Amino acid sequence: MASLMDRLAAGEILVGDGAMGTLLMQRGLKPGECPERWNLDRPEILVDIARLYADAGADIVETNTFGGSPLKLAQYDLDFRTEEINVRAVRAAREGVDDRVLVAASCGPTGRMLKPYGDVDSEEVYAAFERQLRTVIAEGVDAVCIETMTDLTEATLAIRAARSLSSTTPVLATMTFDSTPRGFFTVMGVTIEQAVEGLLEAGADVVGSNCGNGIDNMVRIAEEFRKHTSCPLIIQSNAGLPRIENGLAVYTETPDFMAERADRMLDLGVNIVGGCCGTTPAHITAIRRVVNKHRSS
Amino acid sequence: MDILQQLSEQLQKGNAEQVAALTKEAISTRLDTRAILDDGLIAGMAVVGERFKVHEIFLPDVLLAARAMYAGLDLLKPLMIKEGIPTIGKVVIGTVRGDLHDIGKNLVGIMLKGAGFDVIDLGKDVPPEKFVDTAVSEEADIIGLSALLTTTMPVMQKVVDLARERGIYGRTRIIVGGAPLSAEYARRIGADAYCFDGIKAVECVKGFVGTR
Repeated sequence: MASLMDRLAAGEILVGDGAMGTLLMQRGLKPGECPERWNLDRPEILVDIARLYADAGADIVETNTFGGSPLKLAQYDLDFRTEEINVRAVRAAREGVDDRVLVAASCGPTGRMLKPYGDVDSEEVYAAFERQLRTVIAEGVDAVCIETMTDLTEATLAIRAARSLSSTTPVLATMTFDSTPRGFFTVMGVTIEQAVEGLLEAGADVVGSNCGNGIDNMVRIAEEFRKHTSCPLIIQSNAGLPRIENGLAVYTETPDFMAERADRMLDLGVNIVGGCCGTTPAHITAIRRVVNKHRSS
Repeated sequence: MDILQQLSEQLQKGNAEQVAALTKEAISTRLDTRAILDDGLIAGMAVVGERFKVHEIFLPDVLLAARAMYAGLDLLKPLMIKEGIPTIGKVVIGTVRGDLHDIGKNLVGIMLKGAGFDVIDLGKDVPPEKFVDTAVSEEADIIGLSALLTTTMPVMQKVVDLARERGIYGRTRIIVGGAPLSAEYARRIGADAYCFDGIKAVECVKGFVGTR
């Protein structure tokens, strides 16, 4: 299979996968439970989810390692099992996709804030990312996907850790922005322009945005990203903001609605389109259809 | 510029060392403790809150300002106790059981402290009993509940029910906040108010304390 960067360079538009957490919750993940714990206890479910997304038409399937850095796992007293948790996640995803599609290692925030406004040193955060990423890169993932970042410094620490471990593994880096009357900012106050500059400078190959408050905002975010860079872009949107019905989160954006907006993003020159919270294999199938149509038009 | 104005400005910049030094200086020149608190620290935090609300500054700036505020508050606390200056109210806050998200809750705590309230922060993953037990033993005016997850929101109902059982419901007001919440949800579980953010929480708590 051609590498991620070769396929992007050849002009191919790739489809990402949908939500992991949403599917885990559908399968009984309890509130407060560590999602990555299932890599140890219920790997067959992760194999199944990877298979569902590959079947749905994703070109890239992510591992269940969003919270797989030891700093994050420490919240559940699982940091001593960092290697095992990350290795098992990669193997489960590989088994599920059965060499049909690329496997990217998900890497989310540590959940801790950096000094001076938080309580951790950048050395400690860097070491945490390095320990997680060393494991997944040694397992041979096809890419690393650093995502849902709001602090640019934290994002760049993860990118640099990945880069120091491998010069060839593609690094995808996405941040999460809120819409304000003054424009888009992350919770930590990072603008899209700053994100583009900082992420690329740290060594990311593909930049963009994930999660967020619905795909209409994401179209605008994509547009602004494209204004600031010609490098490959990835957008993975939530299926809207959840509404509560009978105590359960219901994401309101349908596969068809999201696929229609995804089509606009392709017009803007986005290179990888996938989903985040609330998106399902049905959303990915709909996006796949739009990408195929876009390709032939 | 007078010293309290300087104090407010250094607090807004998040300069903890300067805030501590200026607070000491203000105390040593025998400025009224209440004035140092109101016109220095609380005034500075109010500006921070306003600028945060309109997205001129962001979370890191607020956290740094809060740290500076605590540097001043720690010096004033002993004087306030000695002089018998009452706080305007006592609030028990925390993120509900099963939920480990505390950025929003911490912000609410900062804004409430910055407005002069006595805040008891129980942290995250707090069981319902602990909220109510603490509210009873501390004679709190308000319980503030936070949840980021749709799956942990129902714990809030348990806190309300427990407050009713223990007879503090109505006297100790219950406010709720967090991304998946709404005013409608607050009403449905019997909470006294839904607060969209820390600034709303301050308004709300002031209103409740003032109406007693």
